[in-house]
Amino acid sequence: MRVWRYGDSVNTDMLFPGKYTYTCSTAEEVRPHLLEDLDASFAGNVKEGDILMVGDNFGCGSSREQPVLGLKAVGVQAIIGKSFARIFYRAAINQGLILIEAPEAVDAYREGDEIELDLEGGRIKIGGKEHSFPRLPDQILEIRDAGGLLEYTRKKLGQK
Amino acid sequence: MGETFAQKVLARKAGLESVVPGQIVTLRPDHLLAHDNTAAIIGKISGDLDRYGIVDPEMPIIVLDHVVPASDEKTASNHKKVREFVKRFGIKNFFDAGVGVCHQVVVEEGLALPGQVLVGSDSHTCSYGAVGAFATGIDRTEAAALLLRGEMWLKVPHSMKMSLRGRFRKGVYAKDLILKVIGNVSAAGAAYRSVEFHGDIRNLSIGDRFTISNMGVEMDAKAAVFPVDDITVEYLEDAGVNRGDYTPLWADKDADYFSEHQFDLSDIVPGVAKPHRVDNYATVEEVKGLVFDQCFLGTCTNGRYEDLRIAADILKGEKVCPGTRLIIAPASSRELCMALSDGTIQTLVEAGGMLLPPGCGPCLGAHQGVMSPGERTLSTANRNFKGRMGCKEAEIYLASPATVAATALYGELTDPREVLD
Repeated sequence: MRVWRYGDSVNTDMLFPGKYTYTCSTAEEVRPHLLEDLDASFAGNVKEGDILMVGDNFGCGSSREQPVLGLKAVGVQAIIGKSFARIFYRAAINQGLILIEAPEAVDAYREGDEIELDLEGGRIKIGGKEHSFPRLPDQILEIRDAGGLLEYTRKKLGQK
Repeated sequence: MGETFAQKVLARKAGLESVVPGQIVTLRPDHLLAHDNTAAIIGKISGDLDRYGIVDPEMPIIVLDHVVPASDEKTASNHKKVREFVKRFGIKNFFDAGVGVCHQVVVEEGLALPGQVLVGSDSHTCSYGAVGAFATGIDRTEAAALLLRGEMWLKVPHSMKMSLRGRFRKGVYAKDLILKVIGNVSAAGAAYRSVEFHGDIRNLSIGDRFTISNMGVEMDAKAAVFPVDDITVEYLEDAGVNRGDYTPLWADKDADYFSEHQFDLSDIVPGVAKPHRVDNYATVEEVKGLVFDQCFLGTCTNGRYEDLRIAADILKGEKVCPGTRLIIAPASSRELCMALSDGTIQTLVEAGGMLLPPGCGPCLGAHQGVMSPGERTLSTANRNFKGRMGCKEAEIYLASPATVAATALYGELTDPREVLD
């Protein structure tokens, strides 16, 4: 597992350039351009289970969900950040991508530290030290745990 | 303790007596906005649409504006899919390519009303706060789910109170104010929160309020809202909406705020956002003389008649500086027609401006006005992120229409107060 570290205010244009927004929509189309203007080495080297460790206001800017689709599709285990932009945060819930808001954990992390995630307990262990993060309300976990908002919506429609 | 606008509007929409910040409510928004991305939205749920249809043909507002007219086969096919979808499900509020930028169209058509809750699969949906609506951006997947089911959750945000007093001095505009506000609170300064504007708003037109609310998301606000006054009522009447067709809401005087901020409009000076962040504020004075290859006048932030008029007054009888390009993209066909009827457009084109059709144009870098590496644009748009206008080795500065026009005239960043008599 590799940890990819990025700073504050990484915006959606860096995560997935606007020039592709009307030509690339599916995860397969998005994948080669993931994080293109932030880190050109990312798309070719990211592996399933990798973690992103980011600063404040990650994902600010457009309502562009393609970076979330792409990060989920390549198997990113979680994004641990100081804070996330609102629409990005919501988009992650809608795709079942795990975001963890834990500023102390981000500050504490040193290259090479082991990371253990306990999503149920809302705890993250970094280099042997434990940090807590707020758990999402049940109503919202239900969406994420259904595999995302469309799966959740289909379940609800099927119950009618 | 009184309630904020966000508390009142979300409680009413959710059918609850009252709500508190942090509470999650389920509601059915008054409208769902989508644009060219409708093609991708319906692509996610094609099977579901066959099976369930859409929940309410009155809910969606669809405007083709992002890449208009289509720039290639792919975008043309997307537009075609959207038109077919609109026809199949009898969607009344559809505006084809050329009508204007979605946010401008929603407001000028009177589709966003005071006290309503609107969501849109575009981050600048927050613009409708200009007319007292709670409006916020969502992603494509959420838009797809709304088409099918019509219901969503929202967390009631805390609110920030921005009190305005006084009036702008000559050569200073709403854009200068909002750039300063964002510079002060930072790009994440209103994250998860609703921003309310209070105080002396009587000198701010709906266009000015639009510019300010539009950029709410650049401080990551969930909504950015103005109270309803005579100016709003009159604007909506002109759009064909009667006073009795909506019920405005506003915060109580003793509402509880996350933070409070004061701005004296007479202290505001022409400003810019420097690359590559909207909160990278500087006064024009501080970066005066910087050379620009391209000046862009337009977008949902500043592409209305009043913006074009300000620029035309500066450029009348003059020529754009050789070596600088001026691109003009009106926010809507209605605004364009106003600018055509009194010679505003003629003035801008005679000065050397290139006129594009109403739409998003160069703002998002998908087509039109893309820069070469090493070039620099001064733009009236809302975002200056790296790569935003299609080239990551180019720079974007944001400013008011007056600063953009004055800069087009001299080819270098110019304080509009120096050219206005």
